[in-house]
Amino acid sequence: MSDKLKKIWLWFDKRTKISGVVGPLAKHLVPPDSKWSYVFGSATLFAFILQVVTGVALALMYQPTSASAYKSLQYITNEAPLGDVLRGIHYFGASAMILLIGIHMIRVYLLAAYKYPREMSWISGVILLALTLGMGFTGQLLRWDSNGVWSAIVGAEQAGRIPVIGTWLARFLIAGKTLGGATLSRFFAFHVFLIPALLFGIIGLHIFLVIKNGISEPPKSGRPVDPENYESWYDKMLKDKGVPFWPNAAWRDITFGLIVVMIILLLAFFVGPPKIGTPPDPANINSNPRPDWYFLWIFALFALMPREIESYAIAFGPIIIGFILILLPIVFNKGERSPFRRPWSFMIVIFIVTMIGTLWHEGILSPWSPDFNAKPLPEKVIGNVGPDARFGADLMYKKACLYCHNISGDGGHRGPNLTRVGNRLTREELKIRIVNGGGNMPAFGGTLSAKELSALVSFLETRKDSILTENK
Amino acid sequence: MSESNLLSKKTNRRTFIVKVLLLYSSFVAVVISIPVVGALLAPLFRKTPETWRSVGSVDNFKVGKTVLVKFRDASPLPWSGITAQTASWLRRESTDEFIAFSVNCAHLGCPVRWIADAEIFLCPCHGGVYNKDGSYAAGPPPHGLAKYPVRVKNNEVEILSSPIPITNI
Repeated sequence: MSDKLKKIWLWFDKRTKISGVVGPLAKHLVPPDSKWSYVFGSATLFAFILQVVTGVALALMYQPTSASAYKSLQYITNEAPLGDVLRGIHYFGASAMILLIGIHMIRVYLLAAYKYPREMSWISGVILLALTLGMGFTGQLLRWDSNGVWSAIVGAEQAGRIPVIGTWLARFLIAGKTLGGATLSRFFAFHVFLIPALLFGIIGLHIFLVIKNGISEPPKSGRPVDPENYESWYDKMLKDKGVPFWPNAAWRDITFGLIVVMIILLLAFFVGPPKIGTPPDPANINSNPRPDWYFLWIFALFALMPREIESYAIAFGPIIIGFILILLPIVFNKGERSPFRRPWSFMIVIFIVTMIGTLWHEGILSPWSPDFNAKPLPEKVIGNVGPDARFGADLMYKKACLYCHNISGDGGHRGPNLTRVGNRLTREELKIRIVNGGGNMPAFGGTLSAKELSALVSFLETRKDSILTENK
Repeated sequence: MSESNLLSKKTNRRTFIVKVLLLYSSFVAVVISIPVVGALLAPLFRKTPETWRSVGSVDNFKVGKTVLVKFRDASPLPWSGITAQTASWLRRESTDEFIAFSVNCAHLGCPVRWIADAEIFLCPCHGGVYNKDGSYAAGPPPHGLAKYPVRVKNNEVEILSSPIPITNI
């Protein structure tokens, strides 16, 4: 039997000459010390393959039309055998891809592997990053519930900030002047055909470059890259000390890739996919659109940026960042690679990771969002106060003060906490704040009667240590 | 004619033909791309007729109140389903004056909510606030809420079905 199989293989190989291609590829020499820090690129590829496979499976059931996508998503999630697991793998696979690309990029930047002759590896990687983020955004939209619908509009509004062609670009994205029948078809075509086609091509280029230029050797202080003689030095180093990619280096890629896939599977099974929200009705205004976690830090940035510069940052920020990333390997194409000789690289990575981490943390809390679920203040919090102050306590809820202000644990977090406001502001000062607003607070002078204003202030005056401790 | 001259002449003829073929191929490519790019850009050039949608009888709306009204887009595609719906915050300013606000926040387009008792519009996304007349009150939006044309005809309030307002720089 095995003889027969071998014969078939030999017949096939003689005609396709496949072993002549794969053999040298598998056995090509790589630097001996390329160890665990080199596994993140290949792990990203594993996650990508997982996305292709599960994406095809989802497309077998998904209805890519504005009207029926929602129903098909409910079918996939609730009825199709293991449909929710499939959605979970696709969601956590996407998350893994974005996370791994980030780690891969930090690794390549810290070890300056983008220097000569690998500038195009970095540049093609930057394009892959942009395409993957495009997949993330369009993919989140295909979860066509009210969050998906409003995300499409938020995306269009961002495109709208670009000068001259903004409105045109926004309408290009949502396929019309309003959201409608053509919107989802467009995002589906981008997510399933256009961007994947580009991804396949550029991943091909990215891998071709790794093979042609070789894996960058681990850097050593005092051994700068000199484009004049780098390649001859690299070839000689490989000849002297190189080890075959298969199996000496590949086993780490496979081990780590499998761990990543296992984690994705476990998360898909035990955590499950994001919930499908309310139907995709653009007239349903009770929606609270939030991006998936990988864009949450940008969402936070939009809330926290100074208002005067925000529109410009939305329009030009991504272009400037892309420009800097593409210029990086061209400007710094030679010299020291070791991060210990490039202390700024550490500083920059720490700065960016801290910035994104902080914004991400803020994005999860979203303290700037009004708390629409705020309830009237409970008796225990109001305490033993006079009738005027009691009326004021009711107004705290009625006039939406509690949407943004917190009192003893009740209410939102946008504005200052008012639990002890009586300690810091006098009656007159309180009145001025409420009537005129200020900062991020609207002026309530026009909507409150004199009696209401007086009642509110009377209540807020009771929020001070002397009275509150007495009441307890 | 010498041998080498003949050869170069032959090469010239060959390169000429190759160039003609390349030129022709690019012409074919351009022709094919017209309908492809057309499909991509078609929604931008689709004409939508001016469509006034009735949102109810004048008597349904109380002076000084702001309510959510829902209506259909102008000439939606037949397969739009629920996504052909649009909403507007309609305020009856006086007996014969109505204002129709877009529900889209001027910041990034999220749906703003009317808080009737406090008489403000609040955005859930980044906390934009607008006054009852739609003007900017607080938060990140660069300007006030957009308004849709609104009219009273045959005792019905009608809103002109309009594009989603896009905030430019």
